[in-house]
Amino acid sequence: MKSEHIKNLLKSGAIWLFIVIELIFFSVAGEYLSFSEKAFMDADNMLLLLKQSAPIGIIAVGMTVVMVNGNIDLSVGAIFAIAGIVLLESMRLPVFSEMGDLVIPMAWAIALIVGIALGALNGLIVWKTGVDAFIVTLGSMLGYRGLVFMFNGENPTSNLNWTLVDFAEAQFLGIHTATWFLGAVVLVVWYIMRFTVHGRNAYAIGDNRDAAVNAGIRVGPHMMLNFMLIGFLAALSAVVFYSESGSVNPNDGQLYELWVITAVVLGGTKLTGGSGSIIATLGGVIAIQLLRKGLGHIGADTSTVNLVIGLILIAVLFLDRQLNVKGKEELKV
Amino acid sequence: MINQAPALRLEGIVKTFPGVKALDNVSFEVLPGEVHALMGENGAGKSTLMKVLGGLYQPDEGKIFVGELETTMANPLESKSKGVVFIHQELSLAEELSVAENVYLGELPRKRFGRVDWATLHTKTNQILQKLKVGFDAKTRVGDLSIANQQMVEIARALTVDAKAVIFDEPTASLTDAEKLVLFDVIDDLKQQGVGIVYISHRMEEIFKITDKVSVLRDGQYQGSVNTSDTNEESLTQMMIGRKLDLSREAIEHELGDIALEVTNLSCGTLYNNVSFQVRRGEVLGFYGLVGAGRTEIAETLFGLRQPSSGSIEINGEITTINSPVDAINRGISLVPEDRKGQGLVLGMNCRDNMTLPQVDDMTAGPFVSDGAEIALFDQYRDRLDIRTPGWRQTVGNLSGGNQQKIVIGKWLSMHPDVLIVDEPTRGIDVGSKSEIHKLIRELAANGYAVIVISSEMPEVLRVSDRIAAMFSGELVRTFTADEVTEDNLIQAISGLTA
Repeated sequence: MKSEHIKNLLKSGAIWLFIVIELIFFSVAGEYLSFSEKAFMDADNMLLLLKQSAPIGIIAVGMTVVMVNGNIDLSVGAIFAIAGIVLLESMRLPVFSEMGDLVIPMAWAIALIVGIALGALNGLIVWKTGVDAFIVTLGSMLGYRGLVFMFNGENPTSNLNWTLVDFAEAQFLGIHTATWFLGAVVLVVWYIMRFTVHGRNAYAIGDNRDAAVNAGIRVGPHMMLNFMLIGFLAALSAVVFYSESGSVNPNDGQLYELWVITAVVLGGTKLTGGSGSIIATLGGVIAIQLLRKGLGHIGADTSTVNLVIGLILIAVLFLDRQLNVKGKEELKV
Repeated sequence: MINQAPALRLEGIVKTFPGVKALDNVSFEVLPGEVHALMGENGAGKSTLMKVLGGLYQPDEGKIFVGELETTMANPLESKSKGVVFIHQELSLAEELSVAENVYLGELPRKRFGRVDWATLHTKTNQILQKLKVGFDAKTRVGDLSIANQQMVEIARALTVDAKAVIFDEPTASLTDAEKLVLFDVIDDLKQQGVGIVYISHRMEEIFKITDKVSVLRDGQYQGSVNTSDTNEESLTQMMIGRKLDLSREAIEHELGDIALEVTNLSCGTLYNNVSFQVRRGEVLGFYGLVGAGRTEIAETLFGLRQPSSGSIEINGEITTINSPVDAINRGISLVPEDRKGQGLVLGMNCRDNMTLPQVDDMTAGPFVSDGAEIALFDQYRDRLDIRTPGWRQTVGNLSGGNQQKIVIGKWLSMHPDVLIVDEPTRGIDVGSKSEIHKLIRELAANGYAVIVISSEMPEVLRVSDRIAAMFSGELVRTFTADEVTEDNLIQAISGLTA
């Protein structure tokens, strides 16, 4: 009984242990290898790290929900780019020209609604056709990306609004705007998944869909709602990010889906659904960002970073499997 | 209970699927406080009827009454809210969630803003669990429970609503004898409260033990109802299959050959201990015991799926170690597994490909698989085992249980084993095909195979075996010869009552 308890603790806390190990490793290695005078665990550096985690992190929260529900969404990177363009372009709309800074909330709202709508479209197709979410969102990933290129070809879409930039770069209580958004999203979605009927039903559907159907849970609407949530979060991520940068490159957000899924899986969410935690996903996001930043800190280049993250992902899943195998009872075939 | 309206009544239900009339004018009723068995072979229409009742299918014709009111069932939730509750045969639980969440799946109590009311949920669930006298509480994760306890969770679900009728679909399939008694108590309680109970089962002992009335379906048609006390096993079987069934022992007189397999003092951790036995060519050795007595684990050891902690295995007089199924197959041991659909077959593949699966590597012409060789092999075993299928292209998932089992047996016979282990040869197979499989096992022995049959059904073991090894909690208590064995001494042996 007791070892069971320890095992559970190890499983749920593993990602945070991993983060601590990373922090120690990079701090020590940084002393010898880094050209920078600053320590790795410098407060500014860590705050920046959290801010940089936000774009992936906000989407990863949504991905956790969708994956717990037994689906996946590959189109998040494309929704991210579309929402960015919508944000910047809608601030130029003639109807808003007399509104001054009020244009900002209007543009935010439009971009977020577009994100929800694109997610809803994914969800509706998955619900009504019964086609696997992987295939549906693979299609919409290509389709939505096509829309991005149709809008402005290979050219970036730019529109800097200085009020918006000031807002995005602000640090309230020392913490960056993007980090505040990430924190809020984590809290709200964690609460939804843990304490609401919708959240619990999402777990049940992902765990055993037949059981959910037999119990009279309406599987389709729940799935659609979750796709709308991830669409909203992908757009929110874009809105926060592009408020500051003010320029969308048509290739922006590509491979986001893979980074997001990596973070979610690292946080222990099952690919098959039914199990996963928002808080652990946050851990996964931070762990990846630490790794990227830390390896940079000790002088590794981007390709090395990718190689290491790939290896670690496989190692983590292997360890997880070992922890989940039920003792020696497991048949080896 | 005279003049009382039925708790549940179905009238003239017709349901047609493309090409099949699954239900043809079926009527059926359960009175309050009555345990009513619904019997029929697989494919007789029981599941379809239950799906109509549960709102998963809409009937083409016919009426459903709950109490006195005519009603329709648009979906599972509606049928539950009208007081018709199902205990499903295949566990439909979400393993990662808690007991309470599973019990109230689809109907979690809510607070404002769609929040779950955890306090109410746990109190209500614990009240139900207390009634069932189970040893776990509402917060336990379902995946951590034994199969039997998971079944109790499933039953707890039925008690969440004010049920008018509860349908038990093969509820004892995975229960131990002690757990069955608890289940029967629960059924009795429900009965006392005036709930109508539909009890679907293949197991005759249970039917005669707990039901008041039996209705039989055959080929989608209602065959009639009888009071349980007015009937017997033989006439029920006859109603189900429409002819008389030969229940006599399938003995074939023949000479026994050499010892094909000898196991000496084999142990595997706590699973089984010091087990010794031998099987000769031409002989069927039956293994009988309760679930968890170690029978399946021995089979898995012989097939290389588990490693023994001590003891030896001799095949044809040679001591061998078996580290993997590949080893086992090479040394002439084949296993027809218990879980036919999960472990024995690739359901989406056709008959031929399933049959040739273990040896497709050898059936090549150059780098390609030889179609001709595969078809030839399939034809050979189809004829030999009398497998009824429209052709080798038929997807295995569409065959009946009996024919599926024959495909698995054929698959392993084609590997020319010396020892054939068959775990639960007729699980989920209807009465008619059962006797065919039994006959087949006897014929295999007559043809010189050493056969080990593991079964939880006593009539089956008695019927096919030359000798019977009785297992009790990991020990091989006694090996009976066919002459010595009686139902009584066999039951005593597997309950640990004899020295």
